[in-house]
Amino acid sequence: MKRVGIVALNTFREAVRDRVLYNLLFFALVMMAASIIAGQISIGIEQTVIATLGLSAISLIGLLIAIFIGVGLVSKEMDKRTLYALLAKPVRRWEFLLGKFGGLILTLAVNTAAMGVGLFLALIYVKPTLERGDGTVFVAVYFIWLKLALVVALALLFSCFTTPLLAILFTAGIYIVGLYVQELRDLPVAVMSPAMTAFTKWLSYLLPNFENFNIMAQAAHSRPVAGAFIAQNTLYAAVYCTIVLTAAILVFSRRNLK
Amino acid sequence: MSLIFPTAGSARILSKPISDIEMHRDIGYLPEQPYFYDYLTAAELLDYFARIHDLTAADRKERVQKMLKKVGLETAGKIQLRKYSKGMLQRVGMAQAILHDPKLVILDEPMSGLDPVGRREVRDIILELKRDGKTVMFSTHILSDAEMLCDRVGVIVGGKLRGVGAPAQLVDMKTQGMEILFELAGQSTAPLLAKATRTGDCYRLQVPEQDLYGAIEQLRAAGAKILSVSQVRATLEEFFMNLVEADRAQAAAVEVSEK
Repeated sequence: MKRVGIVALNTFREAVRDRVLYNLLFFALVMMAASIIAGQISIGIEQTVIATLGLSAISLIGLLIAIFIGVGLVSKEMDKRTLYALLAKPVRRWEFLLGKFGGLILTLAVNTAAMGVGLFLALIYVKPTLERGDGTVFVAVYFIWLKLALVVALALLFSCFTTPLLAILFTAGIYIVGLYVQELRDLPVAVMSPAMTAFTKWLSYLLPNFENFNIMAQAAHSRPVAGAFIAQNTLYAAVYCTIVLTAAILVFSRRNLK
Repeated sequence: MSLIFPTAGSARILSKPISDIEMHRDIGYLPEQPYFYDYLTAAELLDYFARIHDLTAADRKERVQKMLKKVGLETAGKIQLRKYSKGMLQRVGMAQAILHDPKLVILDEPMSGLDPVGRREVRDIILELKRDGKTVMFSTHILSDAEMLCDRVGVIVGGKLRGVGAPAQLVDMKTQGMEILFELAGQSTAPLLAKATRTGDCYRLQVPEQDLYGAIEQLRAAGAKILSVSQVRATLEEFFMNLVEADRAQAAAVEVSEK
């Protein structure tokens, strides 16, 4: 387990050295511009505009990092042959894989947390009096991070058995479908055959439900979030990640690295 | 190296099955054309691998410095690996293979891509490891390296192991004749000259061992200046080429019989 941590820290260091965190600068600029403009054009709904814009930006930037770096975590090491020297050391393949996963979600944690703080500062700027529900924005950021962890796990799984380009497409595809899982469940049953109904229902539970992690509306209106909901989402992400990572480890552990 | 899995059979290293991850503590491995995390410096990379080997902080620092010195990279230790040349990466690869003081070192083409100085240094490191009582196993296409360094060699032709043993055992080390290198200015009609190969004023002549002194006398009489006399011996290369030739002949024979 200790070696998982060592690999994770090195992965984090790679992200920092490759200037992944520079996106924060971009985010900071967006937030500053938005706060100033929102204050001028939208009286009374500044908070909604800032929160929605900020959370969308955090989510989008995070997704780009999660998918593109997530797919590259293992495939880049195989491609550049950096993995060969490492696996000859006393490291098991699952330790390597979990370390890579841990390193990227650590990077994303730092990244989203920093953006969350930036967003909060922007909110304070447009709305000087704080109320209790304003903390919801941090819950929203936490949920985004949970969602990103799930995306990284999926990207890692796909990159273990297909080419990077296909892995990116698969991950992005699953993410988009995962946003509409609820709609899949609510499809007009009457017009479909029973087999089709069973299939869509089955599929809707199999696919990750990414919309569950979206509480942008609550954050925009400072509505508090129930603790049970936070726990439920955390558990959902943890269980789903465990399943996906187990599959990734099973695939990767059998792979011949020539 | 837990990179590929056997399709059949089993293998043991240091009397442990190859699936045993603990066995990896005692082996060092240098991949062919090594490439490492280019965002790290050599010292950081070695430190990273040392951590994986569970070395303590003090140990790590000491070992890393020692290894950098050993492969001649003390001054480059703080430069990111992306700025390294191929030869330097090969040295880093060597350092990471022997970092944890393994009992068995496996090197995949350790001299490929190195300049003469680098090759010499790698050779010296291998010999040093041998003196320390380590087992070094390496693959190479350069047969003279194998002849010079190895106690035992295995020859693989076309994916099959065709011979294992000390180089002297594999190759018939009997003298196959003598080679005389001499200098002769101007023209001469000495009959031996017809058999010699000429480069400028230099000639190279091969004679059977028993004819050596007679030939030297003749050459001296013709006014030649003898530069050197050396034994011609079969080399590993010839052993290898014989195997390849035999294979080719066999393949041709099979082809003919099939027709």
